[in-house]
Amino acid sequence: MSETKQRQQTPMVPYPSKSFVPERDLGNIPVLECNHLGIEFGGLKAVDDFSVIMGRTEIGGLIGPNGAGKTTIFNLLTKVYQPTHGTMMLEGKDMGGMTTVDVSKAGIARTFQNIRLFNNMTVEENVRIGLHNQIRYGMFNGILRLPKYWKAEKEQHEKTLELLSIFDMAGMADERAGSLPYGAQRRLEIVRALATSPKLLLLDEPAAGMNPHETEELMENIIKIRDQFQIAILLIEHDMNLVMGICEDICVLNFGKIIAKGTPAEIQANPAVIEAYLGKRKEAEA
Amino acid sequence: MKTKKSRLITQAVTYGVLILLFVILTIMINNKSISRTLKGQLIPICSWIVMAVSLNLVVGISGELSLGHAGFMGIGAFTGIIVSGWLLNGFQMEDPTLRLLLAILAGGIIAGIAGMLIGIPVLRLRGDYLAIVTLAFGEIIKNVMNCVYVSVDGQTLNWGFLDGNLPGTLLLNGPMGAVKVKTIATFTAGFILVMFSLIVVLNLINSRSGRAIMAARDNRIAAESMGINITKYKMMAFVTASVLAGMAGALYGLSMATLLPTKFSFNESINVLVFVVLGGIGNIPGSIVSAAALTILPEKLRFLQNYRMLAYAILLILVMLLSNNPMVKMLVRKIFHRRGDDESREEMRA
Repeated sequence: MSETKQRQQTPMVPYPSKSFVPERDLGNIPVLECNHLGIEFGGLKAVDDFSVIMGRTEIGGLIGPNGAGKTTIFNLLTKVYQPTHGTMMLEGKDMGGMTTVDVSKAGIARTFQNIRLFNNMTVEENVRIGLHNQIRYGMFNGILRLPKYWKAEKEQHEKTLELLSIFDMAGMADERAGSLPYGAQRRLEIVRALATSPKLLLLDEPAAGMNPHETEELMENIIKIRDQFQIAILLIEHDMNLVMGICEDICVLNFGKIIAKGTPAEIQANPAVIEAYLGKRKEAEA
Repeated sequence: MKTKKSRLITQAVTYGVLILLFVILTIMINNKSISRTLKGQLIPICSWIVMAVSLNLVVGISGELSLGHAGFMGIGAFTGIIVSGWLLNGFQMEDPTLRLLLAILAGGIIAGIAGMLIGIPVLRLRGDYLAIVTLAFGEIIKNVMNCVYVSVDGQTLNWGFLDGNLPGTLLLNGPMGAVKVKTIATFTAGFILVMFSLIVVLNLINSRSGRAIMAARDNRIAAESMGINITKYKMMAFVTASVLAGMAGALYGLSMATLLPTKFSFNESINVLVFVVLGGIGNIPGSIVSAAALTILPEKLRFLQNYRMLAYAILLILVMLLSNNPMVKMLVRKIFHRRGDDESREEMRA
């Protein structure tokens, strides 16, 4: 763990009444600001009073027991569900009234807990879908194969290989996405999300199904991505090694409510978190 | 694994075989060594190929089951007949090639507009509901055409709904359809239309827009999270297919001396769907082969007289069973594997 401790060099500073952001991000507008965000499904409050703030280059963690509402928060942030309460701001811009497509264009990209790749398309085509709004040309350019088509296609191809090489996947560019091994599919989803050139990357259980060695590699890569692209990353993960190792700020959720916020060290010592995960010690027990 | 290279080879082979067939058939026509029935079928075959390719764009590439494709063909056919008749009677345009070209273009444009209008409500639906509503729209188009009368008087077009008392020469005669159509469609025009639709569809599939269409088919939520406007791309596929169907219709209409609106019923939509399914959903070259084969087949089965359609149905079932039989698949794979290259195996599945 000594190695992981070295990674956290920037001290965390409190942001008025919300959370903590890394000191290096203080001068900038926070990338994400949620105020009292909530959603009700017919009376059931799946997420309630969710308020956080994320710095420009912060790696944040969202943890909690199963069914705590973590993925629901991702769905709210990407507007797969429309929130019934509260507001969200992306770089100070209100996200009310945006659709999922608008959110992607505004700069939030995500991966999915149950992998959602375009299975019948190749690895390269999957990444090119991510580049859809980055390198554009119209339908008629495509049908008539005008010079713009060749130029943009070449640009897309080069960019794709460049992005794939982050995870050493450039050699798999021509393979069918559905036939990749599980770990590679997870990595491809991250590359595809990165292709949309996001400001905030949401990773839903990126290490699920990976062995300890692969997880270690993933941790290195998440930090590499943050440093290289200068983006904020918010991740949901059950692997505590990963969460405690790379997250600078952690938010713990239980039954849709935030029960604790803080740095990894604070979270590990928080009695409410321990109770949520392990249950309360029986008083009667002698 | 379907690589870019194998895809390019499949495309090149498709274009090459089509051009070769066209040359051979043209030589045979000039030598008069072709049977009368086959010669008469060449233009309809071209139309049905375009229909199958365009429906495959909707069903295979965009992944929406549309059961009203013949309706767009009907719109194209009658638009083409009206435009051709109008140009001939009103403007004394004698040149059949130019008239055919303008008729096909008009057929495509009007069918495309109809496709857009129908697409707006229909593409909000998914799955079975979309299929049912497209079926209904196909029937509505057919029934509306059954009531429309159009005549040309000098340079003005007159039209009436349920009312055939119009001045001038009648081009469309309500339920009697189009009569005394000048058949100006040629096999060369048909071939050019097939090549045109093939280029449009294949180039579309292998472009940014085509990838977006396929992404929306494969995973709706993921495509939206990648910033793809699903409705826009579903619409793009649907309207492109309608335009091509309208062009095919104009070609078809101008190859027949008489044409009834009831021709473009639900039955024909299903027929085109059979071409697509038999050729392989999403497989464009397959659609061409099956459309051609299944247009010729019923004629070849004429010797069976009353049992013709029964035999046709049984043959279809047999082909479906055989093409899905693991033994047959293995045999085919073995034959192609001996050749030792992955590409040819890919063509089978492509």
